[in-house]
Amino acid sequence: MLKQCEGSHAVAEAVALCRPEVICAYPISPQTHIVEGIGEMVKSGELKDCEFINVESEFAAMSVAIGSSAAGARTYTATASQGLLYMVEAVYNASGLGLPIVMTVANRAIGAPINIWNDHSDSLSQRDCGWVQLFAETNQEALDLHIQAFKLAEEISLPVMVCMDGFILTHAYERVDMPTQEQVDAFLPPYEPRQVLDVNEPVSIGAMVGPEAFMEVRYLAHAKQMQALERIPQLAAEFKSVFGRESGGLIRSYRTEDAETIVIAMGSVLGTIKDTVDEMREAGHKIGVLGITSFRPFPLVEVAAALKHCKRFVVLEKSLAVGIGGIVATNVRMAVTGMGLKGYTVVAGLGGRAITMKSLTGLFEKAGRDELDPVNFLDLDWKVVNKQLEREREKRRTGPAAEAMLRDVGAVAARNY
Amino acid sequence: MQKPFAITLNPGSSLANHTGSWRTARPVYLDRLPPCNNQCPAGEDIQGWLFHAESGNYEAAWRHLTRDNPFAAIMGRVCYHTCESACNRGKIDEAVGINSVERFLGDEAIKRGWKFAAPEKESGKKVLIVGAGPSGMSAAYHLRKLGHTVTVMDAGPYMGGMMRFGIPKYRLPREVLDAEMQRIADMGVTVRLNSKVDNILEQMKSGSFDAAFLAVGAHIGKRAMIPSGDAAKIVDAISVLRSMEGEDKPMLGRRVVVYGGGNTAIDVARSVKRMGAEPIIVYRRTRDKAPAHDFEIEEALQEGVMVKWLSTIKQAGDHQITIEKMALDDKGFPQPTGEFETLEADSVVLALGQDVDLGLLNGVPGLEVTKDGVVKVGTDLMTGHAGIFAGGDMVPAERNVTVAVGHGKKAARNIDAWLRGETYAPPPKHEVAQFEKLNPWYYADAPKTVRPMLDIIRRQSTFEEVQGGLDESNALFEARRCLSCGNCFECDNCYGVCPDNAVIKLGPGKRFQFNYDYCKGCGMCVAECPCGAIKMEAEEI
Amino acid sequence: MSALQTVKFYQTGTFTVGNRLLAPEERSVQANMQRTNSLNSGHRACQGCGEALGARYAIDAAMNATNRQLIAANATGCLEVFSTPYPETSWQIPWIHSLFGNTAAVATGIAAAIKVKKQKGQGQDVCVVAQGGDGGTTDIGFGCLSGMFERNDDVLYICYDNGGYMNTGVQRSSATPSAARTATTMPLGPEPGNPFGQGKFVPAIAMAHEIPYVATATVADLRDLENKVTKAMSLRGARYIHILVPCPLGWGTASHDTIRMARLAKETGIFPVFEAEHGELKSALAIRRPLPVEEYLRPQKRFAHLFGKNPAVETIARIQAQADKNIRRYGLLSKEAA
Repeated sequence: MLKQCEGSHAVAEAVALCRPEVICAYPISPQTHIVEGIGEMVKSGELKDCEFINVESEFAAMSVAIGSSAAGARTYTATASQGLLYMVEAVYNASGLGLPIVMTVANRAIGAPINIWNDHSDSLSQRDCGWVQLFAETNQEALDLHIQAFKLAEEISLPVMVCMDGFILTHAYERVDMPTQEQVDAFLPPYEPRQVLDVNEPVSIGAMVGPEAFMEVRYLAHAKQMQALERIPQLAAEFKSVFGRESGGLIRSYRTEDAETIVIAMGSVLGTIKDTVDEMREAGHKIGVLGITSFRPFPLVEVAAALKHCKRFVVLEKSLAVGIGGIVATNVRMAVTGMGLKGYTVVAGLGGRAITMKSLTGLFEKAGRDELDPVNFLDLDWKVVNKQLEREREKRRTGPAAEAMLRDVGAVAARNY
Repeated sequence: MQKPFAITLNPGSSLANHTGSWRTARPVYLDRLPPCNNQCPAGEDIQGWLFHAESGNYEAAWRHLTRDNPFAAIMGRVCYHTCESACNRGKIDEAVGINSVERFLGDEAIKRGWKFAAPEKESGKKVLIVGAGPSGMSAAYHLRKLGHTVTVMDAGPYMGGMMRFGIPKYRLPREVLDAEMQRIADMGVTVRLNSKVDNILEQMKSGSFDAAFLAVGAHIGKRAMIPSGDAAKIVDAISVLRSMEGEDKPMLGRRVVVYGGGNTAIDVARSVKRMGAEPIIVYRRTRDKAPAHDFEIEEALQEGVMVKWLSTIKQAGDHQITIEKMALDDKGFPQPTGEFETLEADSVVLALGQDVDLGLLNGVPGLEVTKDGVVKVGTDLMTGHAGIFAGGDMVPAERNVTVAVGHGKKAARNIDAWLRGETYAPPPKHEVAQFEKLNPWYYADAPKTVRPMLDIIRRQSTFEEVQGGLDESNALFEARRCLSCGNCFECDNCYGVCPDNAVIKLGPGKRFQFNYDYCKGCGMCVAECPCGAIKMEAEEI
Repeated sequence: MSALQTVKFYQTGTFTVGNRLLAPEERSVQANMQRTNSLNSGHRACQGCGEALGARYAIDAAMNATNRQLIAANATGCLEVFSTPYPETSWQIPWIHSLFGNTAAVATGIAAAIKVKKQKGQGQDVCVVAQGGDGGTTDIGFGCLSGMFERNDDVLYICYDNGGYMNTGVQRSSATPSAARTATTMPLGPEPGNPFGQGKFVPAIAMAHEIPYVATATVADLRDLENKVTKAMSLRGARYIHILVPCPLGWGTASHDTIRMARLAKETGIFPVFEAEHGELKSALAIRRPLPVEEYLRPQKRFAHLFGKNPAVETIARIQAQADKNIRRYGLLSKEAA
């Protein structure tokens, strides 16, 4: 059923269609509308047989999720940014215990300075936590990925993060095709746990494992992600057969047939990039796009295959591996090892900085001329940066950098969200 | 369930880890000897029979008790229960009223008509017992149980010996005495009363006895040289007490002076008080030096018996005596002060101790008599003449009913062994369960139950029993005050407090076992055992 | 409690673990030959471990009270480490260990799952216990604990309090008593040991949440402990039982003295044993043989610096004052307490 709604609401409805049994909720922007939506459905009775728990922190949210999932309940939670970081210990624990929790991460920057706007720093900080990470390009895909995520998580006994851009997707009203309960039920079977806390078959879950077996346990976590690598495209295909549309998968190429330059990105920015590429194609540039949906497991083989015929690639990412450059780029570079490609890292859109077609066009043209630096910062205000660097050279007590720079750019204070 | 590797484990699988290898010391169960048992002259397993009484199984308790002493009802009245002085509970609140429970069991046995079974097998041996007192009847009981043919001969007209002629009926009602005596006769023991044995060897020969046990008691009252006029009426205490049993009560007059400070003196004074006289005890030392039990003195004083402490009789005349005040010297001996006093006295009763009539032993080869006029015996109670054993008041020992009963048991065991050409070897004694070995925390607070006393008016005028018994509920209560020193009473503490579940509970009556596969040797079971029935032993490493 | 003793006076009353004279239904869980031994033999706790004992007491009682319909969540700590090192577990019940500080929340999750499964007709009525040491409860796990309380989640949380981080080598926790030596509160300087005026008593904080049931217990009073666990399991909502479990290693006491130390803690008033419902104190276990705090302190090496040649008389007096305050506050010597 087609409907016009907010991204958060679409996700809330999709999650509800998956018949979740336990939802843990803790408010943090920009995820809040999702759990609000589900909470309302539980409270009204629209979503039955579901416990909605208002926890006291994200750490508790993930911990409650661990408990309920271990007890055999289909479990969902959502978070973002600082919230994700606050729950990190439990995030690792959930995957270590192999609990198929599904969590939406409404991607947002990480402070300090505190910033509520979108980038991918939060999810990508958790790239090694053992969770599957799927990135949605649109609200439709966000909605669809949640349905696939439950199935994937429960099949392989690993938790899955569905990452969607905060505000850009979560707060955007778009038309989505909301599946019916019958469709979801046909696609997603009831949860059959691999291990469960059961009085009739007691087990101890969460043993202390020493050097004699720890490596093996970690390898098995890796092996599960490798299984996921196989299952994700299959699930996308199954999904298509039930719901009739393309959604998910590992990667998605756009106009890369004869492309010399391929722009690689994740999430909603792919839309802007595609529009830019369309325009540049019309102008004769041989440029294409590679969207990565599955960041973990990372589809090394598929990425390499997709880049096989290009001359260069540009990884445009909303994250920064401070001290080296890109996070996604580092992963892509590993995929193309030995292929002799030119690669550029572009850090863009941090903390909600707008990524405009104009800037992208300029960037891609420069890339086409191989004039980019290995690591680039899109639309960085060099004047402000240099001024601050100078201040710091001159004076020991310069005060807080962010506030100083805000004065430089003319804003009196950060807007209070 | 296909469980995730390593992080998910099968329940209880740690049994594969034998933590017993950590141990440097191991707990072991043991039985220590309860101080009451250790103290009992009759060798009763007090803790053992209290154990049964605690669960309300009085017959089992009585049967357990009578394995050692057949006279529960008598003991419950006349035993001086030194067991209670030894009782560890005395260090917590008050000693367990062992004696009162014993009496309850004895009375219960009489009430319910519990009997002793005749032996299953006859040995064919014949044993003669001379004296139907506590020692003789105790020996008769034990020997009969062992299958021997037993004949008891007594010079008197009733069974009981000194229990009848030396103990007033207000302390030991005769129906109780009769019941417990008859119960032994009913086992198939031949009792011949009014049959004085004048010559033991002849008697044994004529009756073809294989062995004899002599327990004739000490019935001859000691005399003291008191200058006295012809009119003075001076009698001995034993004769007075004996005459209480017959039709002809003694004529002692109104003012009766009882000379002596032992239990017999008290018994006489209290008896004549009940007959309407005004007894006054004259004793040369102080109350705390008197050999009589303090509770008996106390009861006598309550009943109106007068006492002149630190006094000796210098002269006895017609209806009056002269006494001299004494003073204790540094060593606690009474010394004359030269101060005199005159007392009204219609008669003087001498309660200065008793001697043994050894006439029946004349001409027995090998037999020796001590300078105190009692028969010398070995630790096996055999006299110098093989096959003739002796016990009770006629051998060197403390003279009381319980000691006599104990002699009976001991003699029986030795006679039995001797008849088989063997030597009786008593089982080795366990170490005594000292208070320090106990963990008294675990015993519930419970003061001793007080036995009812007859009201004072009736005590002064009748021979009704002074001290009442416990009823079932308070006898049970009293039994349950037992700490079970040194003997497991299955409180489950060791089973419960082991952090390693290394104690196996074997079930009611079967106690416990250590599982040394897992016992780490922490010693908590030892520390928390209420009754000191576990000890640690160093592990051989 | 002592009223119980007078009525049921059977030589040892109900002080001992078992009593052959009691009717079967009145006997303790630990006396039962068929007790669960929820924490099985072969665990790697130190000799004389109070926590191993307390955990078996409590979980066996909970198993008994729930007819074995029980799941436990366990915080990181001694109990977890000594019970479940790969490849063996000592637990005989469904059990999960997640993290140090999240046990109450994990238990909330389990309870939520059970509730939903039951609603759906897919599951039985299973009860949930969360357990942890004092570090995992009063410090790192306190946020989750408070959240679980505040939401009145259907969980019994049991804290095994041994007064410090013993697993990591005896460091101070917020449950470490004043003046006690730990690896991070050494007996040095002007105020040796754990400073006065610090620390918290979580049972009182639990009461402030007005949850249905809060109780304290020690391993020295088994029947009391079992009664409290049994009572807790008869209630729904958030429940908290704080059990004092002496630690021979951390306290510096003989392994056979574990129960004795718990008994002394209670008898001196150092550790008040009571129960509260919906924030109100309901009863306290009366002190049976009142003792000065020295009796409790002296056998423990962690307080050794208070004794010796120059006894720290003032410090001991301050500890005595703490005990006296407990006695007043919880009525430990009053008849009502009995």
